[in-house]
Amino acid sequence: MNQNQALFEYLLRLGDSDMVLAQRLCELVGKAPALEEEMAIGNVALDLIGQARSWLEYAAELEDAGRSADDLAFTRDERAYRNLLLVEQDNGNFADTMARQFLFDLWHYHLLSALSQSSDERIVAIAAKGLKEVTYHLRRSGNWIKRLGDGTEESHAKMQEAIDEIWTYAGEMFIADEVDSLLADAGIAPDLNALQQKWQSDLTTTLEEATLACPPMDAFMQTGSKQGMHTEQLGYLLAEMQFLPRSFPGASW
Amino acid sequence: MIRESDNSRSDAVAFETSSVDRLIASDRAGRSGVSGIRPALEEIWQLLEEVADPEVPVVSVVDLGIVRDLAWADEQLVVKVTPTYSGCPATEFIEQAIEEALHAAGIADVRLEQQLFPAWTTDWITDAGREKLRAFGIAPPVGSASKRTLLGEEPEVACPQCGSHDTSRVSEFGSTACKALYRCNSCLEPFDYFKCI
Repeated sequence: MNQNQALFEYLLRLGDSDMVLAQRLCELVGKAPALEEEMAIGNVALDLIGQARSWLEYAAELEDAGRSADDLAFTRDERAYRNLLLVEQDNGNFADTMARQFLFDLWHYHLLSALSQSSDERIVAIAAKGLKEVTYHLRRSGNWIKRLGDGTEESHAKMQEAIDEIWTYAGEMFIADEVDSLLADAGIAPDLNALQQKWQSDLTTTLEEATLACPPMDAFMQTGSKQGMHTEQLGYLLAEMQFLPRSFPGASW
Repeated sequence: MIRESDNSRSDAVAFETSSVDRLIASDRAGRSGVSGIRPALEEIWQLLEEVADPEVPVVSVVDLGIVRDLAWADEQLVVKVTPTYSGCPATEFIEQAIEEALHAAGIADVRLEQQLFPAWTTDWITDAGREKLRAFGIAPPVGSASKRTLLGEEPEVACPQCGSHDTSRVSEFGSTACKALYRCNSCLEPFDYFKCI
């Protein structure tokens, strides 16, 4: 694998995670528990779609195979998707949605902070732009973790259950493969161990404040997204997302 | 939702929508060298101050800091624009409005380039823009877009109606990506706050 192939893979991972999470969040538009939450969730999804577009446009240019960012988004099958297993998980109840969001936002925040120092200028531009948005996302999801964790007996129990439930999908974010190592050596992407330390330290602080217990890092963790091995949930999500462009190829407004 | 690559897109749009206008106008410029075809950049900045933001029409694309730079490359005007938010749905509309305004003013050959870096922040909003926002009933961003503002406590936002500092946040997100929803505890008016990013 050469550096360009690795970078293409890496950009797919970044773009796919943003897009799949955005698609999940959009499922809540029209049925969020409160209007303010609906606006927030919709806005977060919009930011993520914008970021996904930037990453996938870069990926498409790099691949230079006549595929556009749209083609990458709407014509790849499940096994070609490279998003984290975490983001494809169902919305569940509001605590589940927020647990998933918080674990993602915290990773996303530290990842984009690191990518803002990348040796690749275009990555720096996209990451620095996204970082401002993600900082805002993180503040909000972190506040919800604290509010629900340190809330009533019921909200505490649900929040704890949500963290425990999603935990098995968190470890994957920090398991490096050939792509990660190659790009880390080139100064393009960050070292995942360093990323994990920052993530874990912030996570511990927030969970403590929220009076929640942090599950063990050495618990069994699901993996596979980097090889395109996804959980059952992704197929359904893509079926809905890709239905229109696949049924009516080339359709435009 | 997902567009063609940024670099090629603006060119493509310009060619599709105005190739006829452009040919005619550039022919004219080439033959007679009429002044006004290539106005001074200062005049173009003034012209763009008339191009309103589609979602907050009291402020212009210049007030918001969306137009980064103007430059002539021979007969072609290169306009560097920056999106406010990565996913702002108004981005393409704004780019189109800028192009149309320039064509309408007789500038035939326009190229829009998207510039992501350095990232747009609310610090780019001009003082005039902040004043217009306030007059329109939208509280302008408070303070500077530092990491502390983003992660820290809520800023003290003054009510754009009565000026009271006794306000509270209703929602971190509002009617558009760039706004949060507030309420004044003194005059009881709800209002939009252009959030600091």
